[in-house]
Amino acid sequence: MSALRPEENAPTRVAEALLLVVALALGMGGMWMVGHSIDNSLPEGFWTYSIVLAALAFTAHIVLRLRAPYADQVILPAVILLNSVSMATILRQDLAGIDGANASRHLMWTALGIIVACVALFVIKDHRSLRRLTYTAMIVGIVLVILPLVPGLGREINGARIWIYIGNFSLQPAEFAKIAFAVFFAGYLVANRDTLALAGKKFLGLQLPRLRDLGPILIVWAVSLAVLIGEKDLGTSLLFFGLFVGMLYLATDRVGWIVIGLAMFGAGAVVAWSIFSHVQLRVNIWLDAFNPDLMTGHSYQLVQGLFAMSYGGMFGAGWGEGYPEYIPFAFSDFIYASLGEELGLTGLLAILLIYLVIVQRGLRHAVGVRDGFGKLLAGGLAFVMALQLFVVVGGITRVIPLTGLTLPFMAQGGSSLLANWIVIALMLRISDAARRPSALPTRGALADPVPAAASGDAIAVGGAGPVQAETEAGAGRGATPDDATQIVRGVDR
Amino acid sequence: MNATLRRLSTVVMVMFLALMVSTSWIQFVAAGELNDHPRNVRGIYSALARDRGPIVVRGGEAIVTSVPVDDNFKYQRTYSEGDGGAASVYAPVTGYFSVNGTVTGMERYANSYLAGEDDSLWLDRLQNLVTGEEAQGSSVELTIDPKVQKAAWDALGDNIGAAVAIDPKTGAILAMVSKPSYDPNTLAVHNAGEATAASEALINNKPQVNSIGGEERLSPYGPTINRTINAIYPPGSTFKLLTAAAAIEYEGITPDTSIPAEDVYQLPGTTGDGGRVHNYGGQTCSDTGEMPLKDAMRISCNTAFLALANEVGADGMQQMFQDFGFTESIDIPMSTSVGAYPGLSDSATDDSAARIALSGMGQGDLRMTPLQVAMMSAAIANDGDLMEPYLVQSVRDSDLELVSQTKPSRYKSPFSSSTADALTEMMVEVVRDGSGTGAQISGVDVAGKTGTAEDDPRSPTLWFTSFAPADDPQVAVAVVLENEGQSTDESTGGALASPIAAQIMQAAISK
Repeated sequence: MSALRPEENAPTRVAEALLLVVALALGMGGMWMVGHSIDNSLPEGFWTYSIVLAALAFTAHIVLRLRAPYADQVILPAVILLNSVSMATILRQDLAGIDGANASRHLMWTALGIIVACVALFVIKDHRSLRRLTYTAMIVGIVLVILPLVPGLGREINGARIWIYIGNFSLQPAEFAKIAFAVFFAGYLVANRDTLALAGKKFLGLQLPRLRDLGPILIVWAVSLAVLIGEKDLGTSLLFFGLFVGMLYLATDRVGWIVIGLAMFGAGAVVAWSIFSHVQLRVNIWLDAFNPDLMTGHSYQLVQGLFAMSYGGMFGAGWGEGYPEYIPFAFSDFIYASLGEELGLTGLLAILLIYLVIVQRGLRHAVGVRDGFGKLLAGGLAFVMALQLFVVVGGITRVIPLTGLTLPFMAQGGSSLLANWIVIALMLRISDAARRPSALPTRGALADPVPAAASGDAIAVGGAGPVQAETEAGAGRGATPDDATQIVRGVDR
Repeated sequence: MNATLRRLSTVVMVMFLALMVSTSWIQFVAAGELNDHPRNVRGIYSALARDRGPIVVRGGEAIVTSVPVDDNFKYQRTYSEGDGGAASVYAPVTGYFSVNGTVTGMERYANSYLAGEDDSLWLDRLQNLVTGEEAQGSSVELTIDPKVQKAAWDALGDNIGAAVAIDPKTGAILAMVSKPSYDPNTLAVHNAGEATAASEALINNKPQVNSIGGEERLSPYGPTINRTINAIYPPGSTFKLLTAAAAIEYEGITPDTSIPAEDVYQLPGTTGDGGRVHNYGGQTCSDTGEMPLKDAMRISCNTAFLALANEVGADGMQQMFQDFGFTESIDIPMSTSVGAYPGLSDSATDDSAARIALSGMGQGDLRMTPLQVAMMSAAIANDGDLMEPYLVQSVRDSDLELVSQTKPSRYKSPFSSSTADALTEMMVEVVRDGSGTGAQISGVDVAGKTGTAEDDPRSPTLWFTSFAPADDPQVAVAVVLENEGQSTDESTGGALASPIAAQIMQAAISK
């Protein structure tokens, strides 16, 4: 029964350990060069930062060996690389005395993020247990989004009301809400995907969904959008909406959803543009950034970011040789421009490729994982990271209007680090499930008391159409593929 | 769901591709444009924080240096060691480097060398990378001869105007003076507020020029404009050199050919008084109404040259103007302004026969820079080969090793050497016994031509262009006095501008 005890043959994760050494070396090299460029010496706290980062990285490595031995071996080093390069950047800005850049704080939040990720890997033994939290997640998501609007708790900063303050402690709840929504959408869609996919009228060749199937999702969507317009946070609203449409498409394979989604977003955007002056301003800044009237005021940040990036050119000015002091929020919202200035196009393309590796690995494991909930959750989490990157970097490089989102793992800010490390923990957890050798008997092995109908193939195909159609009356609580996986899990124990 | 996941993965690829393209666009394709944006302070700050190379004149004297200071910029750009008077002499050449983002003159056009960023300096940069030394800029040695420059500055006195001297055999610019000038040190201060105040005060301080009616008129050019290359004036009678060149080259005329020289010239296509051009003060050029070309040149007879230009015709005149390269900008390395000739530029579209005839004596819509006027003399002096004017003699890296050296190159060949000889012969006569006797230098044959250009309602602009020695030319000059003429009497122009040219030529020859 060796197939049922996969841990015995679990990989030793040597590749991950080696990649972690490379990632940490790059980060340390960055910090070393920063110190020598600015002070001609090793930067203050170099060893503290290096040792803490290394200790955290290898703690996570050991936790994975113990708790998710089959998990992806590239994701953790990739994230550690991004996080330690950002450590060097923020240390550089801190040393240059840039107001707001705080390397020790960044390290603290990084540590907290990695620890929370480790705890999550310990607590969540199986990602499918999250499915039980589908509607809890919905409520948590909505509460998180509404929190900043609560008088006394939320505070408007730089035109957006996205922060909550509890004493000295500030938090950006939307970063966590995206995880809650991903869980909710995954749980809800896996239960209702067939009704959403199959029922409804055809219109202009597109199969439109039935209105009553949309209930809960419309509620979440409407609440989040309404509140986000109230909070004036366009980036987050775009993020939630994209996540929602993306996962809906994943679950139903219906282009109609994308068309409807884009149409609704387009309409919403036009309405928002015509009603809200701050939206109009954002669009003007985007289209007409070099207008002399805007350049000294509203588009100053964007233009300074462009100048910084062009100054970096192909190979960058070098660590410590740029002018982050001219880019407002060079350590958080505009860290991408600041990185581009000192590391150049080469550096930015490398960073984008690392993000791409993380996202594509996440999607790959969504393909690999056997249960529908896992597929949706992994796909959603990977997609939301890609989307966040697109909104942030696209805003800075003028692909889309600039909104206020942060670059995952690189921008200084506790909520962002914490939330994205949790996303990574979930990704790793699902990848472990995806890559773990099947607990089911392989062909020719000794038969187990598992119903033949619940074979892994049937689950992996996911469609299993005829069965689903028959049980449609059961409205999702019936024999969805995941019930079959429950049985598998029972065997696993 | 695997199919949709794979499709989603394609969408993600497209999204990332868009980001990579947009990032590459900013950092590679549009980078140059963004770096040069006037609001972009980065280039200036990085250039200022660097040990920028000095600008040196012939003989090795540094006229611009970077002095270490204890502020954010690390170095203070200093002109003539901070001496405002001496710095003004070279200001049109050096330009200035302002913290506000304005960079002009050599500071701007030789920036890649001064900042040590030029491609030819890659070996130095590689060395710096290995040794960890701070990159130092290269020194730029100019062709400017301080002795000639000083002579030109002193000779111009308090006049508004400009003077430029070229070595006709190489094209090297020996002197380049523009008045009024300014002290670049006041514009290079590191306090942005002071720098802005200083530059605004300067730009709004356009000098008052003379006018016919005596009313107050300002020059279109402020003190920061290099009048030798970026101001255009009607060239007046100095342009008769070009008219004669075209007539000799295309019409087979010689200095001894007798040409019509009436008292009054009726412009082609006109009738009545409006189209009549007289000689200065209604003077008579020749009792017979005809005279040899060389005599018409010597006394600068207007009606003769109007008729001559009409005979050459629009095609020939335009051809010669273009053959001199006057419709093109030259990077010396500063960009020079282009001249205007009827039918060849947007500001002078009318190329009717009357306009062409008027251009024969340098009037009408004709406009040229002093450098271009000097180039006419230079081409004649160099047997019809016009050398490309240049200011950078050589570039040396921080170890004083030669990085590059300008090789003189032929710019244009507007006419043959026999035409050049004929023109030289006539120009020598002008100085020996004509309108330009003021330019005589004892013991040296000088070839020159005066000019007095009407510039209504302003007072006439006075010119003199010449080269010397006539048999072995070492220097070609042009002097312009902006609206300094009291009347249109040719002898006035010759009397005021020609001695200035003589002093410049003397300084250049006696080296």
